[in-house]
Amino acid sequence: MIVDDHRLFRSGVRTELGDAVEVVGEAEDVDSAISAISSLKPDVVLLDVHMPGGGGQEVLRRVLGSGSTVRFLALSVSDAAEDVIGVIRGGARGYVTKTISGTELTDAVVRVADGDAVFSPRLAGFVLDAFASSEAPPIDPELDSLTQREREVLRLIARGYAYKEIARELYISVKTVETHVSSVLRKLQLSNRHELSRWANARRLV
Amino acid sequence: MQLRQMEPTTSAPAARLTRPLEGRLVMGVCQGVARHLGQEPVVLRLAFLLLTFAHGLGLIIYAVLWVFVPQEESEGGRRPVRDTAQLIAYTALGLGLFTVTVLFGGLETRDTTWPLALGGLGALILWQQADPGRRQGWASQVRQGWIRMLLGLALVVTGGIGVLVAEGDLKQASSGILFTLVVLGGVSVIVAPWLVGLVRELRRERRERIRQEERAEVAAHVHDSVLHTLTLIQLNADNSREVARLARAQERELRNWLYQPKGDADATLAAAVRRHAAEVEDDHGVPIEVVCVGDRELDDRLQAMLQAMREAAVNAAKHAETHVISVYAEVEPEQVMIFVRDRGKGFEMTGVPGDRMGVRQSIIGRMERHGGTARVRTAPGEGTEVMLTMGLT
Repeated sequence: MIVDDHRLFRSGVRTELGDAVEVVGEAEDVDSAISAISSLKPDVVLLDVHMPGGGGQEVLRRVLGSGSTVRFLALSVSDAAEDVIGVIRGGARGYVTKTISGTELTDAVVRVADGDAVFSPRLAGFVLDAFASSEAPPIDPELDSLTQREREVLRLIARGYAYKEIARELYISVKTVETHVSSVLRKLQLSNRHELSRWANARRLV
Repeated sequence: MQLRQMEPTTSAPAARLTRPLEGRLVMGVCQGVARHLGQEPVVLRLAFLLLTFAHGLGLIIYAVLWVFVPQEESEGGRRPVRDTAQLIAYTALGLGLFTVTVLFGGLETRDTTWPLALGGLGALILWQQADPGRRQGWASQVRQGWIRMLLGLALVVTGGIGVLVAEGDLKQASSGILFTLVVLGGVSVIVAPWLVGLVRELRRERRERIRQEERAEVAAHVHDSVLHTLTLIQLNADNSREVARLARAQERELRNWLYQPKGDADATLAAAVRRHAAEVEDDHGVPIEVVCVGDRELDDRLQAMLQAMREAAVNAAKHAETHVISVYAEVEPEQVMIFVRDRGKGFEMTGVPGDRMGVRQSIIGRMERHGGTARVRTAPGEGTEVMLTMGLT
């Protein structure tokens, strides 16, 4: 299912996605998205970050707040750190920019449907930056810092490597790479380090 | 003054009398006048100090100049800089002179002097209140505007009553004062609503004007950049490569305008990496995705690293036949790393002829000359990745 307030963009995504993914519905604002999600029960929702009526974060808050387990993949033209970190903390399982190619998008949707996380190079960069920028000691060591391995994986994503290439580079399986990324996502969502949001706010750059 | 104005002065801006921000002791009057007359400030300061003992003439002139001479334009809300040591010296000198004159009975004070001084001070404070430009300077010292207002009023009233008492006229004046107060009260009751309305109207108008200015700026920007690009795209509609390049360049510019903090053009590594990537992208028409983690000031070695990065990106754009290049820069406490990667056709390192300068000289050689390292990993069909590392000492 595609949620975006630009009709042209929705139809563009529909054609880009191809045969591997079936588009069950579209919505153009927060309210129609919420009712469509509850009636259509899609596997994955492609969610635009900026929409009238509160944007993607509002959809996330209301749908996930009601106990739904539908998975979200955020899709946006914005590369601002606060938007990216915002939707991820809001519960999206990945973030890709609208410049992504059709095959990559299809790949990302399939991966999110399988319960994995999808990080664009830029998101990986943000996460590395956010977790590295803390001088204060972490409150919860398990959640507030990345392991060496997770850092390596993120760095390779930021360098433009695909999961398969990362796996080969680090001599681990693709499944392990996915585990690492999911674990980073969990940390990103659960870490109550206020620095994360503060960092994102302080850094309003592309 | 007359003479000076007739001179064909070359330094026209200096001819205007202003109170400088830097090097002032009290309000910058003496320094400003000194600069205007081409004298040393110390001469003016001593002159004012001495004149002060002639019935307070120096003080009055100073106050008048302070009020009427505009403060020097400051860039970016600079705070005035004062030389406290000099100020103390002048204060000590003034106190000394004061003591001497009192001791030798040279100071002829009339009873009205002090009330007048008090009233004058109060009036000055009120004046400060009325002028928004001057209000700024005080705001940090006394927070509430109304406290200052009350203080000024109290001083004026005390001064006025003091003068009357000293002249022995208070009795006669009291009924007149009462009458004046009643009239003033009546007038203010009549005029107040109108005044309030006027103030509100002014405020609304100002807000509207600011909004319009902002809108005009946005419109100008959109016109200069976006509309211009759209026109170019229409003209080049049959050249898809050029259209893509124009669109990318415009997107980048718009993003910068929207999100980038102003004024960090080239001072830091991340900004410079983005700029170089943007230029290569424009020259060769291959999109470059830039991700930066951390940032730091540029120095010579990082400049060399940037050149190497640029060379690597140009190579990828020219030879790799790829649709996208990834650049990743990370600043760590002890080193800076930059990766340039493409998924193009790659090449055989050993197959590159020895006289080809690109990789060996511009990238590896350049990095090594500056104490860094460069590794190139590539294989036919596997794409290429150039890894640049520069230690920080």
